[in-house]
Amino acid sequence: MTRFQKFKKHRFAYYSLIFLAFITILAIAAPWVTFHEYDAQNISEKLMTPNSSHWFGTDSLGRDLYSRVIYGARMSLAVGIMTALLSLTVGTVIGSWAGYREGWVDRVLMHIVDMFCIFPSILIAILLTVFVGRGFLGILLALVLTSWVTQARLVRNQVLQQKSLSYVESARAMGVRGPRLIFSHILPNIVGPILVSLTFQIPTSIMSESFLSFIGLGLEPPHSSWGTLASEGFRAMRSYPHLILFPGIVLFITLLAFNYLGDGLRDLFDPHGKRDFSS
Amino acid sequence: MISYFFKRVLGSIPTLFLLCVFLFFLLRLAPGGPFDGERAFPPEVMAQIQKNYGLDQPLLKQFWVWFQHLLMGDLGESFQYLGRSVSEILGDAMGPSFQLGIVSIFISLLIGIPLGVLSAWKQGTWMDSSAMFFAVAGISLPSYLIASLLVLIFSIQLGWLPAALWEGPESFVLPVITLSLRPIAIIARLVRSSVLDVLASDFIRTAHAKGLPTWKILFKHALKNSLIPVITVLGPIAASLVTGSFLVEMIFQIPGLGKHFVTAVLNRDYPLVMGIALFYGVFLVFANLFSDLLCALADPRIRLEKGAESS
Repeated sequence: MTRFQKFKKHRFAYYSLIFLAFITILAIAAPWVTFHEYDAQNISEKLMTPNSSHWFGTDSLGRDLYSRVIYGARMSLAVGIMTALLSLTVGTVIGSWAGYREGWVDRVLMHIVDMFCIFPSILIAILLTVFVGRGFLGILLALVLTSWVTQARLVRNQVLQQKSLSYVESARAMGVRGPRLIFSHILPNIVGPILVSLTFQIPTSIMSESFLSFIGLGLEPPHSSWGTLASEGFRAMRSYPHLILFPGIVLFITLLAFNYLGDGLRDLFDPHGKRDFSS
Repeated sequence: MISYFFKRVLGSIPTLFLLCVFLFFLLRLAPGGPFDGERAFPPEVMAQIQKNYGLDQPLLKQFWVWFQHLLMGDLGESFQYLGRSVSEILGDAMGPSFQLGIVSIFISLLIGIPLGVLSAWKQGTWMDSSAMFFAVAGISLPSYLIASLLVLIFSIQLGWLPAALWEGPESFVLPVITLSLRPIAIIARLVRSSVLDVLASDFIRTAHAKGLPTWKILFKHALKNSLIPVITVLGPIAASLVTGSFLVEMIFQIPGLGKHFVTAVLNRDYPLVMGIALFYGVFLVFANLFSDLLCALADPRIRLEKGAESS
C-alpha cells in the first residue's frame, strides 16, 4: 500500500485536505469568486441578513460579508502558512545546529527556549506587535519570533536522537561533517516529524493571529482577516449574530481541517510522536 | 526531593531574569509612552512628569533601579491607577483569575479523564469517534468564538445566565465552560492514547483472566497507570489557562490579571506590565515544578534529576 492510499484511509484527514485545497483556491481566486468589492461601502444596504445578493449578509458599513470572508481567507491563510514556514526554517537551522554542536550553543538555546516556554507566547506576541507595529509584516514577525522555539526544540531533540544512530556514525567515518552532515544526512531522516509539526503550526498561527486581531492589535481596516471579522462581529453580536457566525464557522472548520490533517500525517510519518501543547 | 526542589527554583532564576530583561527593553523601546493622551501636554509639563517617574534617565539605569526595587519586594506604582501600587493591584486581580483557573482545571479533569477512558474502552465505535471529534473541535475553537456562542445562546436567547461582569456564582458558568473546553480536549486525547497503551499490556490481560469486572480493570488498573502523561501536561495546561484567561476576562469583563495585562500594555503602564509578567513567570515556573514533583510521587520509576535534564 502506498503512503497516499494509507492516507486516504484516514477519511477525516483526506476530506480535510480536500477542504483546505478548496478554501485555498477560493482565497487565491478571490476577485473571480466574489461579486462585490470587499471594501465597497454601501450605507443603504448596511446590516442586511443573508440574502441572494449578499450570501452572508452585510456589515455595519454595508460591505458584503461573503467577499470579506473570502478576502479574509487570504490574510488568515497567508499569516498561518508563512509563519509556519518561516518559523520552521529558523527553528530547523538553529535547532539542528544546537543539537549537532551541543555544548554552550545548546545550553544558551535551551535557556531561551525555556524562557518562551514558561511564558505564554501570545503575551509575548502582544508586546511584540506593540513594538513592531500592526499590519501584516508586524503580525508575521511577532508570530515567527514566538513560534520558532517550538520547532527549534523539536529539531534539536530529533537531531540528538539521530546522532547516536549508526548511519550518522558511518557518515562521520567517511569524513562528512558540519552542515553537510546535518542537511544531507540527518534532516532527510526527520522530515516526517518536521512536516507534522509544520501542519500543526499553521492552525496555531491562524488562531494566534485571530487572538491578536480580536484584542485590537490585528490588521488595519479595510483589510480583514477572519480574526478581525470575528472581532467586528463580536461587537455587533447582540443584534446581528450573522456577523460573527459566518467568519466564525469558516475559521472553525479550517482550523479543524488543519488539525485533522496533522493527525493523519502524524499517523503516517511519526506514529509515536506526541503533540506539543505548550504553546 | 527537597534538594531537587531548591535546585529547580534556583535554576529558574536565570530564566526569569532573562525574561525580565527581554520584556523590559521590548516594552520600553516600543513606540508610545504612558502619558501620551488625546491632548499633548506642554513640553515643560511633560518633562516634569518624565522626571518624576524617572523616565528621563538612561534605559539601563531605569532597569537597574527597577531591579533593585524588585529585590526589595517593591514592584513600583502603577502609572494608570494613580496612587496604587502594583502589588496592591496584583492582590486584587489575583482572586478572580485564580478562582476561574482552579475551577476550570478541576472541571477539565473531571470531564476529560472519563471521556478519554470511555473512548479508549470503546475504541473504534461511534462513541470513540464522537468523543475524539469533540476533542479535536475543542482545540480548534478559538475561545472568543466559544464565548460568543455561549453568550448568544444562554444570555441573549434564553436569558439564563449573565453575559458579563463578576457578580455571584452565576457569572462563573460561562467563563469556566469557555476556559475548560481546550484543556478537556487535551486531557481526553492524552488519556485515550495512554489508556490504549496500557490496555495492551500483560497485567491487564492477567486482570481479565482473573475475571475482574471491566469497570474495575479500567478505573483501577488501566487508569492509574495512564495518569502520568496527564500530570506532566498540567504545567503547560496552567500556561494555556493563563493565555485563555485574558481573552475570557476581556470578553466577560472580569477584573482579573489577564484583563489588567492587556489594558496595561495598551496604556504603556510599564510597572504594571512588568509586575503581572513577572507574576505569571513565577507562577508558571512553580506550576511546572509541581507537576514534575507530582509525577515523581505518582510513579517511583521516574527519576527527578534525570527527568529534569531530558525535558
